[in-house]
Amino acid sequence: MSEMVFYMDYSRCIGCQACVQACAECDTHRGRSMIHLETIQRRESVQTAPQVCMHCEDPICARVCPADAIKQTPDGVTQSSLTPRCIGCSNCVLACPFGVPNYYAELDQMMKCDYCYDRTSVGKRPMCATVCPSGALAFMTPEDFAQTRRGHAINEWTFGNETVRTKVRVVVPPQVERVRVDLVQIGGLAPQAASTAIVDPEDVAAMLEEV
Amino acid sequence: MAQQPVDAETLIERFGPHPKNTPPGGWSAALGYDRMVKTHCCFCGQQCGIQLKVRDNKVVGFEPWEDFPFNRGKLCPKGVKRYMQDEHPDRLTSPLQRKDGVGFEPISWEAALDRTASEIRRIQERYGPDSFAILGGASLTNEKAYLMGKFARVALRTANIDYNGRLCMVSAGAACKKVFGVDRNANPWSDIPLAEAILVAGANIAECAPITTDYLWQARERGAKIIVTDPRMTPIARTVDLFIPVKPGGDIGVFNGMLHVMIERGWINREFLANHTTGWDEVEESVRKFTPEYASKIAGVPASMIVKAAEIWGPARTSFLMHSRGIEQHTKGVQNVLAALNLVLATGRIGRPGCGYAMITGQGNGQGGREQGQKCDQLPGYRDIENPEHRAYIAEVWGVPEESIPHKGLSAVPILEAIHEGKIKGLFSISFNPMVSLPDHRYIAEALGKLEFFATCDFFLSETAYHADVVLPGSLIEEDDGTTTNTEGRVIRHKKVVDPPQGARVDWQIVCEIAARLGHADKFRYNSPREIFEELRVASKGGVSDYSGITWEKIDANMGVFWPCPSLEHPGTPRLYEGNRFNHPDGKAHLQVVDWRPSADEVDDEYPIILTTGRVVAHYLSGNQTRRIGGLVDQTPEPFCEIHPRLAERLGLVEGDFVTVESRRGSITVLAKIVKTIRPDTVFIPYHWPLNRSVNHCTQRAIDPISNIPEFKYSAVRVTKAAPSDNPMATRGASR
Repeated sequence: MSEMVFYMDYSRCIGCQACVQACAECDTHRGRSMIHLETIQRRESVQTAPQVCMHCEDPICARVCPADAIKQTPDGVTQSSLTPRCIGCSNCVLACPFGVPNYYAELDQMMKCDYCYDRTSVGKRPMCATVCPSGALAFMTPEDFAQTRRGHAINEWTFGNETVRTKVRVVVPPQVERVRVDLVQIGGLAPQAASTAIVDPEDVAAMLEEV
Repeated sequence: MAQQPVDAETLIERFGPHPKNTPPGGWSAALGYDRMVKTHCCFCGQQCGIQLKVRDNKVVGFEPWEDFPFNRGKLCPKGVKRYMQDEHPDRLTSPLQRKDGVGFEPISWEAALDRTASEIRRIQERYGPDSFAILGGASLTNEKAYLMGKFARVALRTANIDYNGRLCMVSAGAACKKVFGVDRNANPWSDIPLAEAILVAGANIAECAPITTDYLWQARERGAKIIVTDPRMTPIARTVDLFIPVKPGGDIGVFNGMLHVMIERGWINREFLANHTTGWDEVEESVRKFTPEYASKIAGVPASMIVKAAEIWGPARTSFLMHSRGIEQHTKGVQNVLAALNLVLATGRIGRPGCGYAMITGQGNGQGGREQGQKCDQLPGYRDIENPEHRAYIAEVWGVPEESIPHKGLSAVPILEAIHEGKIKGLFSISFNPMVSLPDHRYIAEALGKLEFFATCDFFLSETAYHADVVLPGSLIEEDDGTTTNTEGRVIRHKKVVDPPQGARVDWQIVCEIAARLGHADKFRYNSPREIFEELRVASKGGVSDYSGITWEKIDANMGVFWPCPSLEHPGTPRLYEGNRFNHPDGKAHLQVVDWRPSADEVDDEYPIILTTGRVVAHYLSGNQTRRIGGLVDQTPEPFCEIHPRLAERLGLVEGDFVTVESRRGSITVLAKIVKTIRPDTVFIPYHWPLNRSVNHCTQRAIDPISNIPEFKYSAVRVTKAAPSDNPMATRGASR
């Protein structure tokens, strides 16, 4: 059987927070949830998006760590910082392109999603991908994915000139091969973008006016 | 008189809700557990399989149960945190009696049971047997639901027993009985992914039945087209093929309009209708006037949406209808469901893989709780309390004279009205919290205050129990064995995981003790819930919901058994109506003519905005359990009011403002949440909270004439900007 793969499909997410609640039950970081669930813009939409650690093939968090506290397992899982090594500098928090690591002041340590290593290393599925009622988070073989999902899963991201390949895959429309993340203007859309951004697909009032 | 003995703050201080944030011993306690028990979630009608971890007779955590076929390990946040209700500091561990000016004081079990029995006797001797009412709940196991019906009819001989399923499933149940002769979903959930077209009508699946989301998405992956009708863009509505933001109460416009278009386009299975149904000609005639334009006026949406819906639903080869409270909680709730079912029958797509319908049950035992005889008009096995043969059969099972069984009594809201009018003087309730869940709270509180005696059995002190004379500390579902029946009609086993805490007792023993004190010990001599189930099997034999072939061992071996299951050899019935055989004596389905009628509380100049209510994913029903679980309280600590920006602008509101929402009956002040995902003529407030955070101050007591469900989904209100509510209880819980 092929290796199990972690998939995220934002079009399935219902924002229920089962992942957040379940993550906090994990034996290795009890009472603390390591998964992020973003509510994108509640005024505009009900859209939500989970964010687990993407487990980069060449983890940026580990590269920028001055204390060499972030280790990658031979099977490609980037772990939370090692307690005796972490100096709490938050370099990793700032450097991660996906915004995953968190610095916990009360512990003076960075912690993050570790792929439920206590579970996945013994053949179990990660907690969030087990409980997720919508299947937005799923842990299955690529064969099962091909059989049960229409989407197309990618694991390449471009940030400026840097390409990042990740262990975790994200489901996108068929024509997309890689997601390009460019700089955006903070504090609103650029003028030319604003003029095209009149479509408001989730405004119920606008739907009612449609003839 | 059952007046609240002391102010709510004092009661909250003593009895909570205090959110519990950590498992026994705290997060840093020793890991590990002695055993893991396969059982089910206590919340909602999905009844997901879950494993509870136990250490030293304490529930200390959970583990997904991936082999259980319904949910395959999936859970919503309530399921994940359900174990936090165990070992809870708010747990009642002694019987209590009201002490004016103080609150409640502990009394012995003997004293509490004696007083309850003697008050029942006194009230019934003085005012007649029907002057004492029983209110049960659809979170009770089948065994307990059965016991409550028998307790009322045999031990009290009162006609007045009903349950909180009256707020939930009754419109769907009544409609299904009319059309099919049976009140159950037609299909197991495994049929959903096989459908080409799915209509989700008034069902916020993402928040109220989260596990069902994956079934919908599985269908979509296979190419299904999904339609959602809801006044709000719910999380599932965001990405479906067609979202119809129907006006509250406008559902018949959508359904009849779709049928009109389907007739015009020839998407009707006339052969099926001729051979297997009655009433089609009248239905066809009745929807002639529902042109898309006419229908769109009722539905409050563009006509093009109704045409599009018909174009998805009409020509599909397989289809699945799913609905819930959004169409059911109306004074025309039964009519709404009937109109939806006509769409199923007109196409003949039923009784086959991928073809059928399902009402999504809301309450834990929403299905089973309505089969075992705790409804005012019903005996076990879905038997009719007015049918002489049914009465005779049950009289024999119970060993009582047929004439001693009371006739049809009052349903839930009329019971409260009869209390208010002084006709009912005493009440025993279990698993029902009217002071959160029933409409028109001022009235409900007045009614409870008029009772000469009120006893309630619960594990936590509910806001309704504030009015009780005697409180009997009962048990959580994981502290006793029993069965429930999930939304599919699958009978499943809840295992006893731990003992009740010292001082609390299992519910069935409490009820049997009272029955014994009323002189009926011989009829309530059970040694275990299994003995109650064995009697239930006999009582349901030959009835519509026949459990006679179901044993606890068979449930365990098969991961549940679908009723009807009339013999030990019978495998159960996951899909009803195979071969187009329906449950009426003529074997046919009976289509019903449906016309639209307005709400009992239509908007006007004074109250121009529609209020609709519902649930959030973090809480269950009246919140008596979930408002005590820290993680869930943090997720949704308070009610709020969703308002469209256009309405907000007209009312001068910005994000962060508080609003007072006021109906002809009462008002609530909550935080405004300004969102584009709701109709601009409608506001929404979830209902899980009590006291001045309860939206049911605003809702109306008007009920559907057939199902007797209250019209929670439509109240006329006005909305004004307000100062933050002066509410010390509101935030205290969350901060602990």
